[in-house]
Amino acid sequence: MKLLRQRETLLALVILASIAVIATRFPAFVTPHNLANVFNDTSPLILLAIGQMIVILTKCIDLSVAANLALTGMVAALMNGAGVPLPLILLTVVALGAVLGAVNGLLVWKVGIPSIVVTLGTMTIYRGVIFLMTDGKWVNAHEMTDAFKALPRHVILGLPVMGWVAIAMILIFAVVLTRTALGRAFYAVGGNPHAAVYAGIDVGRTQFWAFVISGALAGLTGYLWVARYAVAYVDVAGGFELDVVAACVIGGIAIAGGAGSIWGALLGALFLGVIKNALPVVGISPFWQMAISGTAIVLAVAFNAAQSRPKGRIILREASQ
Amino acid sequence: MTTPAPPRLIPDRLHGRTTRALRSWEAILVAVAIAVFIANSFLSPYFLNAWNLSDATFNFTEKALIAFAMAMLIIAGEIDLSVASIIALASTAMGLAMTAGAGVPVIVATGIATGVICGAINGFLVAGLGLPSIVVTIGTMSLFRGVAFIVLGDQAFTGYPPGLAYFGQGYVWWVISFELVLFALCAVIYWALLHRTTFGRAVYAIGNNATAAQFSGIRVARVRFILFLLTGLMSGIAAVCLTSRLGSTRPSIATGWELEVVTMVVLGGVNILGGSGTIPGVVLAAIIMGLVTFGFGLLNVPGIVMSIFLGALLIGVIALPRLMRRK
Repeated sequence: MKLLRQRETLLALVILASIAVIATRFPAFVTPHNLANVFNDTSPLILLAIGQMIVILTKCIDLSVAANLALTGMVAALMNGAGVPLPLILLTVVALGAVLGAVNGLLVWKVGIPSIVVTLGTMTIYRGVIFLMTDGKWVNAHEMTDAFKALPRHVILGLPVMGWVAIAMILIFAVVLTRTALGRAFYAVGGNPHAAVYAGIDVGRTQFWAFVISGALAGLTGYLWVARYAVAYVDVAGGFELDVVAACVIGGIAIAGGAGSIWGALLGALFLGVIKNALPVVGISPFWQMAISGTAIVLAVAFNAAQSRPKGRIILREASQ
Repeated sequence: MTTPAPPRLIPDRLHGRTTRALRSWEAILVAVAIAVFIANSFLSPYFLNAWNLSDATFNFTEKALIAFAMAMLIIAGEIDLSVASIIALASTAMGLAMTAGAGVPVIVATGIATGVICGAINGFLVAGLGLPSIVVTIGTMSLFRGVAFIVLGDQAFTGYPPGLAYFGQGYVWWVISFELVLFALCAVIYWALLHRTTFGRAVYAIGNNATAAQFSGIRVARVRFILFLLTGLMSGIAAVCLTSRLGSTRPSIATGWELEVVTMVVLGGVNILGGSGTIPGVVLAAIIMGLVTFGFGLLNVPGIVMSIFLGALLIGVIALPRLMRRK
């Protein structure tokens, strides 16, 4: 735990340093109000990164999260248009997200297809289903009720509800991962699947639950996203799954499974969020963002590998050097 | 071992050549291709027309060029998800060369060289530094296309010299397009490379057991590097064909092609975990996907519905043999 903490400390320092550098030139960036906005803006990425991190812990990958988000978001918008009350919509999106995740999980668990193939496939299928439901039409702001749009933007103690949801999920899953049998199983399955079997853990079932969690979080984010941006269409969050994987890799989640912490995922997401929000402030075209996150992924994975090589699977033993 | 293995018979003599050929994955693909062909000719009166069929080949030739190299890469246990982004970057480089006033040969060379350089970057990161190819190529996928976005933003390169059009729109003889000839040529070259050379044997060996391959004297890292180089090269060639066919470059060019290329390879019977697969299988899969896409197009099915079908096909093709084996 102490070893792991060093990695997270380093990443936190990098983020603080970049914020400090920006602050010297653009003091407005570091006002509490703006920082709260940056955090809120990064919340969807954080929420999905939590789910993705759990999936990656179990030696899998979930490329369907963004498509899942778009599909559940569209369902939420359509239900809203049909006059369904908000609490019921919230329940439905989480349940639907979980079901979409369970489809991935079942294909991995029961059929034994590698997760990258399963989720590459379901990624296109889920987005295609949105098109089948809507014929490619958009659901626009004026077609959504005020209550539906207001919830994620409602400000409590300076932070919108969407940000609080992200904080709540981090806390919940921090406890799940470190204090429950299921949480330990995620690490065990990724660390050494054969040993996990002998320890009485069902590897496939554990991976299945990881996909269900990832799906449910994507479903919840689907509603938050669509309500916040007040628009739903086929290509919502297109390519976002790469940002999510990037957040995890930057956060030091080992792609081979079994190592990483939720704080790493959080910091990885925040790192990307700070860059994304700082670019326009510093005056760099937003078109740079894709190349920057690509470079960050490559550097982070090279960094992870270099640090983990001498000590086997334990990542970043001397990250502070 | 939780599930009892099925009783394994080891015959002293294998089935005859004909029986084996009839039971192979390729035989199934041939049957599927014929079925799709017949179904298409009944569903649409426009299908059985030499020029229409010639048009249909453009649906798969460029992707198939990449699929040959990707097949070898996947057989060796690696994957390259950055191929579509390499196309975007190579096409952007071609546009830059054009704006700088270069002639057709230089533009083509720029596209291909960019592809090779991108492949070398992937190869260095995976084979040189020993990083997992999935993450590396997810990163370079974002990086390569990101550079294209930095160069182009929301703009596009247009106005390529007319001489460039031949690579994507030219015909060698009657309905036989340049791309189709290139496809056939590359199919033969990659078939020979994978099935008739020691390099090809090394690719299978690495895919089945990289450590054992290393101990048997195969320079594993070098083979992996060359495979990434080849994938980059083929993506560069595909970029030349695609840019020539479209006559313009946008940073969003060839979006989602990595999925279609991987689907093509897997549909062709290549094991996604590495170790087995053949080039003839990939050729057949390319033709099937081209015929299906073309048939859907004739029936006015929107592109996104085709992508549902492709996604389901990808999962179905891998799931079926696994589910059958279980019984």
